[in-house]
Amino acid sequence: MNSLLIENGRLVDPSVQHDAVARLLIDDGYVVAIDPLDGDLPPSIPRLNAAGKIVAPGLVDLCSELREPGRDEDETIASGALAALAGGYTSILCSSNTHPPIDSPGAVEFVRQKAAQARGPRIHVTGCVSKQRQGQEMAELGLLVDAGAVAFSDSPAPLANSALLRRALEYCRMFDRPIFDRPEVPELAGRGVMHEGCHSLVLGLAGLPTEAEDLAVARDVRLAEATGGRLHVGPVSTMGSVDLISRVKSRGIQVTASVCPHNLGLTDEKLRSFDARYKVHPPLRSGRHVETLRQAVADGTIDVIQTGHMPRAREKKMDDLDLAPFGMTSLETCLAASATALVRSGVLDWLTLIDRMSTAAAKVAGIKGGRLQVGDPADVVIIDPDFAWTVSESSFRSRCSSTPLLGCELYGRITETIVGGEVRFQSI
Amino acid sequence: MAASSASEFVFPTAWKRRHLLDLETLTAEEITILLDTAQQMKDATGNCRRKLSLLSGKTCANLFFENSTRTRNSFSLAAKRLGADTVEFSSAGSSVAKGETFVDTAKTIEAMGVDWVVTRHATPGTPHLLARELACSVMNAGDGPHEHPTQGLLDMLTIRQHRQSFEGLTVALVGDIAHSRTARSNLWGLSKLGAHVIVCGPSTLVSPRWEELGFEVAHSLDDILPRCDVLNLLRVQFERQVTRPFPSIHEYAALYAMNGERMSRSKKDILIMAPGPINRGVEITPEVADGPHSVILEQVTNGIAVRMAALWLLSNASDNATSPTS
Repeated sequence: MNSLLIENGRLVDPSVQHDAVARLLIDDGYVVAIDPLDGDLPPSIPRLNAAGKIVAPGLVDLCSELREPGRDEDETIASGALAALAGGYTSILCSSNTHPPIDSPGAVEFVRQKAAQARGPRIHVTGCVSKQRQGQEMAELGLLVDAGAVAFSDSPAPLANSALLRRALEYCRMFDRPIFDRPEVPELAGRGVMHEGCHSLVLGLAGLPTEAEDLAVARDVRLAEATGGRLHVGPVSTMGSVDLISRVKSRGIQVTASVCPHNLGLTDEKLRSFDARYKVHPPLRSGRHVETLRQAVADGTIDVIQTGHMPRAREKKMDDLDLAPFGMTSLETCLAASATALVRSGVLDWLTLIDRMSTAAAKVAGIKGGRLQVGDPADVVIIDPDFAWTVSESSFRSRCSSTPLLGCELYGRITETIVGGEVRFQSI
Repeated sequence: MAASSASEFVFPTAWKRRHLLDLETLTAEEITILLDTAQQMKDATGNCRRKLSLLSGKTCANLFFENSTRTRNSFSLAAKRLGADTVEFSSAGSSVAKGETFVDTAKTIEAMGVDWVVTRHATPGTPHLLARELACSVMNAGDGPHEHPTQGLLDMLTIRQHRQSFEGLTVALVGDIAHSRTARSNLWGLSKLGAHVIVCGPSTLVSPRWEELGFEVAHSLDDILPRCDVLNLLRVQFERQVTRPFPSIHEYAALYAMNGERMSRSKKDILIMAPGPINRGVEITPEVADGPHSVILEQVTNGIAVRMAALWLLSNASDNATSPTS
């Protein structure tokens, strides 16, 4: 018997709208009891005192780039797993944009084996929508499902080929697996490196116009409506996207959406420094977009906050803005960045934030997780909600420390991450 | 007041900057110091022809990652007119072609003992990046479509020589504003000193967002022409454009080229400027480019004076810098 009693913590479980102090008893990897506990517990049961902390379902990320195989200089499955645990994640979906990409059962198996060795969070595989992520010919989606893929995406490349997206949505209905699309019309995005607005105008930097995203979202949701397939768009970053998603949801169309934390707290003004750390995808937008996105998370138009974890090696980010790649490390800062932007400012309560980062994400991915009821896997995160810390390069377990949040003061620290009843991360 | 020899140059105590990266972040006072110093340099050297020994023993490296004719030679001559040595670098055939980043290339050149790096690059912000990475002074000789501060200053010096003051002056920047670093430096510099600036060109090359920043936007040159004291005709930069922003050069010239007919409808004392290289028949016709209102070649001469002033000011301010990119 492998038991653990988490006591005195504020148990937050959005799946049942629970937010109150409670005890959680774990046994053999599963939740076996929630306060009030029946009967006396033997004193030999290990106890974890969570007084003053939040005890919640482990976080779930819909798209983490782990970069192995092929781009190990940015991240490996092992380093990404450590970063995920430190960020409170008990389940992550790894992106298909490895080299070679995850478009075959063998590639799925490679990730699963490496993930098992890493003993990090549960690592689920996102398979490619198209062969070689070329965006033309559908990958063998059925065989990828058999191998263990839980979702499909060519992200961060958008699914620009409308016919391919339509077919994939239709085809995936057989397997009840979602298609994730990062919405962007490539011809409109062009060589843009930042949000197209007054700042890009002054800096002379090529802009990414909002309509490049808006038009892709419009197309995506229309195809979801036409096919009945499970579509998840994101991460989104514009007011136009929010408006479109809101309208289709009100008509009952099955579409979900996500946003990244940097789009909830930072604006494009940061690029005034010409610092490549601020070159991220989706780009940092203007304040009006940021405010709309925050409200959309609050009212549920946007279902999920995903990390947008796109680690890139330091030397790659040292180049000029045209050549430096998009991307940032985010697994370890996502919760604190979101809590700082949304909970501290009063936009969300903790129950809703945990929903957007765990419960809703698990539902979109169609995986277990996001709840802590009796019989559920004991995937738990414990959070010190008021702990203030400053993001520094030395604090990362990820191979990449490039983030626009460097130097920012954030609130909220992960103190423990428990996967299947086992404490796999504990802050010092 | 004109200086007649090197000994008469007095360093302005208000100047603190170690780098010259843009005009947007300069104050009106700093811009005026640069213009005053440039005028002194020009006067003291007989139209920039004689040498001074203000910077003897110093070395200026010209790191040009983009092609250039006038700017590169102008910086080189400016350094030599002040008695400094120069190192010339171009990316073609260099270690950049072997995969070295431009930052490492610049650090290598700096390690050879240079006092200033003058840099031109296709990407906005590269001089700012170098200013953070290098110990020596950095001068921006053009960073993509962002800024070209010495071009802005030489344009302003030329205007000031003809108009004395910028207050009440209407200056139109005509052409490819979207891709013009000259336009951005002119916009900040001229507006800080009191001029009214109009950006004029096809709506695909002149964003309405300039109005949000306080500048007048126009799409008809004929409409604004009677109000203009100065026209700065900017080249259409086809090399920077992803999709063609107007149907044909023929149409562009019909709508925006400064020609004899338009000159007849302009103010009698209008100044015609162009940063060059000029495309005769596109943004300007030969009779205007070579006509009595054109100050295009004066701009070239003033470019040397402005760069001499900037090199001297930066060289003396290195100990007073307040931040890595100031």
